[in-house]
Amino acid sequence: MNVIEIKDLVKIYNSSEVQVKAVNGITINFEEGEFTAVVGPSGSGKTTFLNMLGGLDRPTSGSVKIGGINVWDLSSRKLIDFRMNNIGFVFQSYNLIPVLTAGENVEFIMHLQGRPKKEREQRTKELLETVGIGDRIKSRPAKLSGGQQQRVAVARALASKPEFILADEPTANLDSTATSGLLELMSQMNKKYNTTFIFATHDQRVMDKARRIITIDDGKIIKDERFER
Amino acid sequence: MLFSISWRNIWRNKVRSLVIIFSIALGIFAGVAATAFMKGLAEQRIQKVIKTELSYIQIHKEGFRQNSDFKGYMPDATQLVSEIRKIPNVIGATERIVVQAMAATAETATGVLVSGVDFENEPKVTNLSEKLIEGEYLKGIKKNPVVIGKKLAEKLNAKIRTRIVITLQDTANNVVSGLFRVSGIYTTNNNMYDESHVFVKAADIRSLTELPEGAAHEIAINIDDNENLPLVEESIKKLATGYEVLDWKSLRPEMNYLTEAMDLYMYIFIIIILLALLFGIINTMLMVVMERTKEIGMLMAIGMNKMRIFFMIILESTLLSLTGGVVGIIIGALFSKWKSVEPIDLSMWAQGYEQLGYDAYVYMSLDPMMLVNITIMVIFTGVIAALYPAYKALKNDPADALRME
Repeated sequence: MNVIEIKDLVKIYNSSEVQVKAVNGITINFEEGEFTAVVGPSGSGKTTFLNMLGGLDRPTSGSVKIGGINVWDLSSRKLIDFRMNNIGFVFQSYNLIPVLTAGENVEFIMHLQGRPKKEREQRTKELLETVGIGDRIKSRPAKLSGGQQQRVAVARALASKPEFILADEPTANLDSTATSGLLELMSQMNKKYNTTFIFATHDQRVMDKARRIITIDDGKIIKDERFER
Repeated sequence: MLFSISWRNIWRNKVRSLVIIFSIALGIFAGVAATAFMKGLAEQRIQKVIKTELSYIQIHKEGFRQNSDFKGYMPDATQLVSEIRKIPNVIGATERIVVQAMAATAETATGVLVSGVDFENEPKVTNLSEKLIEGEYLKGIKKNPVVIGKKLAEKLNAKIRTRIVITLQDTANNVVSGLFRVSGIYTTNNNMYDESHVFVKAADIRSLTELPEGAAHEIAINIDDNENLPLVEESIKKLATGYEVLDWKSLRPEMNYLTEAMDLYMYIFIIIILLALLFGIINTMLMVVMERTKEIGMLMAIGMNKMRIFFMIILESTLLSLTGGVVGIIIGALFSKWKSVEPIDLSMWAQGYEQLGYDAYVYMSLDPMMLVNITIMVIFTGVIAALYPAYKALKNDPADALRME
């Protein structure tokens, strides 16, 4: 079953002198439970593609349907709520809220969703234990290593029970041990919760784990491969 | 949780936040202290006018206050006074014979207002008898004692026992003179008053002017508390029908305006302080928002709506302002409390102050309602200061913000 249906997606950036087609007519579908890497050289349009997919960057034309809803038809207010309830984000530089503890960072999105305190606390504890840092629940991000911060970010992304998680270069700032640990974790989460993971990456270790690799260049899909892993 | 984030965000850059908190605290402290000082000054002035010059309530025959006609007396004044003394909350009542006159020594002469007082009951109404710097209050001189102000004594070159001739018109419009001797010299620290008011015994002026027994021009009444003024005034009005019954606010309207004007000036002063602080807070909050562009973009990305982001920034600015405000208010209130017991010594400028009728020692007085209003104004300032930075934050595009390094 298709979770995401993308049709003729185009993004043109207009600078003062030239027009840049960052994404140039992408049509593609993602199914539930996929573990997909979107790869390509720097400037190929991976991040722009992911941003449009995640409802962050408005496309110049084309549509992004998630669960049958064209996200770019939503009002900006509804789009924010849609993101909150359906999409989890993991960023390259973790982007945790520095003044909140690991636990509070995970809990925060559930607070935005208006979930009861007891449920929030229980799920936060469970998620942090699942990502292997249950003992650091009271630590602030500054007291955590890069790998640990990214684990908190994954727990946060999962906290809202999203349809899928978009991860933009999640391993770019991590050493190899942290990277393999994180990839293993995300792979487990993918299997455990059947959550769709879509990565933008040029990290070979991520590609080695992915069951589908979409290669983009000059804003176009040039390859779409599936692997049994 | 938003409250917690906003509060903790304040302390992300401790030095910057402490600088702005200190500025706000200092400004508010200055505002609170100045307010307490001005209020103390005004209250002391009013109390002095009531206790020394006016009393709480006065009764006159209609028109007497305008034309000071000697024949404008109340024939039943003594009778009325004895009835007024029975009213609850009245702690003193006395009648006065008031006449404009000429006071002359061997050297010079000047116009004065003579009050013929019941020297036993007058101290229950006014405290002029406590303001003597020399001599005694209508005592120590066998015949016709007079108490004069220090300024008048200087003008007439009079000392204790100096003879003063008081010339006035009696009830039949005849010019009559009496020889008085200075028994005491007072000072109220209000030079204008001291220069023009002299006090003699009512009996002495009565015999000189042949004013009927039991008659007087003025009845002055002292009460236990200003709070009871309307109640007592109402009771007196029922007794003194046909006469003009006025409280101190009507007798000296400028005294009433004084407190209102002081309050107004103080609010203007505090608004100016807050306006200056406003720009400092705006600057801080703009820096905060610019520094956190990426973070705000991330918050928008994960689902924090604009209203919440707006509220978070408003809350941060308000908490920052309120922290400084509360510190300033506490220090200002403690300082004012201390200075309500230990007066501020302005004796260095005493002459100027006293010319205007103010005390050289000022006991601060703080109105708790003023503190509540200042707190509200500080909160309001915090909110106003955050509006533009919050608007800037909302203009962020999450995708652009997240691209920032």
